[in-house]
This record gives sequence, structure tokens and C-alpha cells, in this order.
Amino acid sequence: MVKMMTSKEAAEKVIHGELFILDVRNEEDYTNWKIEGKKVVSINIPYFDLIDGVEHALEKLPKDERDILVVCAKEGSSKFVAEQLDEAGVDEMYYLQGGMKAWSEYLYPVKIGNLKDGGSIYQFNRIGKGCLSYLIESHGEAAIIDPVRMMDTYESFAQDKGLSIKYLIDTHLHADHISGGCKLAGKLGGTYYLPSKDATEVTFSYEPLEEGKDILVGNTRIRIQPLYSPGHTIGSTSLMVDDQYLLSGDILFVDSIGRPDLAGKAEDWAYDLHHTLYQRYKELSPELLVLPAHFGKISEMDDQGRVFAKLGELYMKNAGLQVGNETIFRKMVTENLPPQPYAYQEIRKTNMGKLTPTEDEQREMEIGPNRCAVHD
Amino acid sequence: MNVDKVLDAKGLSCPMPVVRTKKAIDELKSGEILELHTTDSGAFSDIPAWAKTAGHQVIEQREENGVYKFWIQKG
Repeated sequence: MVKMMTSKEAAEKVIHGELFILDVRNEEDYTNWKIEGKKVVSINIPYFDLIDGVEHALEKLPKDERDILVVCAKEGSSKFVAEQLDEAGVDEMYYLQGGMKAWSEYLYPVKIGNLKDGGSIYQFNRIGKGCLSYLIESHGEAAIIDPVRMMDTYESFAQDKGLSIKYLIDTHLHADHISGGCKLAGKLGGTYYLPSKDATEVTFSYEPLEEGKDILVGNTRIRIQPLYSPGHTIGSTSLMVDDQYLLSGDILFVDSIGRPDLAGKAEDWAYDLHHTLYQRYKELSPELLVLPAHFGKISEMDDQGRVFAKLGELYMKNAGLQVGNETIFRKMVTENLPPQPYAYQEIRKTNMGKLTPTEDEQREMEIGPNRCAVHD
Repeated sequence: MNVDKVLDAKGLSCPMPVVRTKKAIDELKSGEILELHTTDSGAFSDIPAWAKTAGHQVIEQREENGVYKFWIQKG
């Protein structure tokens, strides 16, 4: 029997269970970007190789208890292949509802921890793309950091918990995904913060995110302290939350560091990046829990779907934090970088308000992994 | 270019443009040319990938006002 699996159900399996994936997109799309998980096995046979018969796929499918999920770009081809496999005698199998496009848009919310005055902090993991956003709540108020454009998820989450979303904060002008910050602020009457050095070309009004200008969430005053940390972009600003968490944006990830080239200024910003990582961050408490805006590898995610690490630990093991020599560092962050995110220039312009793509165009622009790190 | 057959697959979504194209090519003789029109953006990369594995040659492909056009020579 052919059944439908939602992205939410697939995410549960990717994080907690096992899954066998038959990806029927073309080889190039599969190599570029696919569903990954610690216990996910995937194979690629394009659907157009299965039009005349599915025998060669049949022999590669597992015969154990694992669920089999057929995946394609939008849904149609996976359903087509699943139906053929069903006719060929496979007992039970799933196709992914909405395909990779839906997978790219799914957000998995998970609690990271409590705040001293009764609030808490949640990570919203956009597993398909490796984007991480955060919701900080205290006494009925909420701030969202680096919100993606899937605003419904935050809105219904806030509604369930009786929260009013007051602040939308972007740590920098994003190049890999379209921000939902400005739009959501407009819709809910909240305040949208963006570092002014990243906002020189924006077409909308915003509140500058500045060091020294704390943001208070809830009556008991959860403090969000902006910390100017240039390098990925010239405006990049990190956030210290409740003296416990360091929201490092695209400056510092768990396994890697942010790339300085996406606004075309790699050479200029390599020094800033080095200074931020090897001096500014070094002065902070090693006990701070680093909460980055991205992950690149599934190994950066723990068994509950969370991505974080203590700052002190990262100084021991993160590949980007072991290169004190500035010349070698500059080489590392400017040469042999992975491919840039798909449509990143259009995405930057959209985030400046200069382009207004349709929903479908936005989906298309965001295809693929985030690719914001120096290391693949 | 001598086109032997024209396939209008506009409005059809994945996988149908490739399924129809395959069927149309099956009815041609080796060396003959099929002209395909499709509006499915996925087909833009899938048609060349399919042609390559099936041993046919995409002689030309271009987009005209939201319609993707292909000229495929049967191998």
C-alpha cells in the first residue's frame, strides 16, 4: 500500500528513528542536496529510469522493518514510482508529501533550556536546509531571532503558548534564505531589528541592532545583549541572552565558521572575522552555550534534533578556531570555499526589500543547503 | 532543423512531461527529431538527464515566455 508521509513525520524519523529513502530526482539534484540523518540510508534512482519497469529498484530496497520513503522534488514523481513499486509487490511504502520543497520548509521546534527568570529558549530547526532560528519567551512576550519566511510556524507556536511576539531580530543580512523578520513585524506590530551596517541598501524601516542597546523580553527582563561581531557580513551581530547563551549568527557554527565572501568582500572581512573569533569571542565566558544560525552536517545535531555547544569546547575542536596565524586564516576563509548558496544574490536583494518574488519564486530561490560555512 | 514530431506537454507536471516524451521518442526512428514544449520547471534539468541515460541527444533547449522548448534527436 502506498501512503503519504508528511515532512513532520519524516523529521521525527530522521531525528529519532530509521528511514530508507529512495530519491528519484536526477543525479545532479541528489548529489547537491538530499535528506540526511544519522540512521537514514538513501539511494538515488531517477524516476525516468523507472518508467519502463521498477525491477532494478526493487532489488535494492531493504526487506527489514525500516519504512521506505520515496522522495522527489515536488511529489508527483515519487507518487508515480511508489505506485509502480506497489504494483510490483512492495508491501508498504511512503512518498514525501510536497517533496523536497516541503522538506526545505519544515521547521522542527525543540526546547534548548530555561532562562533564569522563568522564561525559556527554543530552537527552530529547519532541518532540510540547515537553518536555525530561535524563540525566546518570558512572561507572555517573545522575541524571534533569525526568523525564516515560514511565519505560520512561529505564529501558531506563540498562540499555543499564549505569547505575544514583540521583537524580530536578524543577526545579519542573510544570503542563503529569505528572512521573515520584517514581514512578521509588520503583520504583528512588532519591532524588526537589523544591524545598520548590513542595512545600507534596505528599502524598509527597521530598528538598528546595536551593541549597548539591550532588548528586554517580558516583565522580568530577559536581557538580549547585542555584541558587534563582524566577519560573515560587516554588520554581523551576536546576541548574548540571559548571560547563558551566545547566539552567534553566521559567525561561529558547531563544526565550522562563517564564510566572509557572500557579499563579495572576502578579503576585506577576513580580518574582521579573525578578530571576532580570536579576540572578541575569546573574552567571553567559555561556559556560554553557542547557538548558531546554521548547521552543515547532520553530525552537528544531537539525538533530540538540537544544535549547540559550549564556547569553551569549540575552542578545543572547531576547525575554524584552530588557526591563530592570520595569514593562514585569511587563506582558509578566502580560498577553496564550497559553492555559494543557490541564488544568494537574489536572496540578499529580497532581504533588502529590492526584489519581491512570489511564494513559488521564493521556494525556488531557497533550493539546496545553506552553504554559509567555510568548510563543507 | 527538420522536426519530425512536436509534443505539446504544457500544463503537465512531473513526471508526465518525461513520460510523454519517452513515449513520443519510442515512436520515432533513430536520427529523427522531437520538438517538446513543457511548462514544468523540473523538466528543464530532468529532460537532459533522461536523454543522457537513454542515449538521445538534446540538440537545443531554451525558454520562451515560461515555456521550455527542447529539440531531441533519437539515438
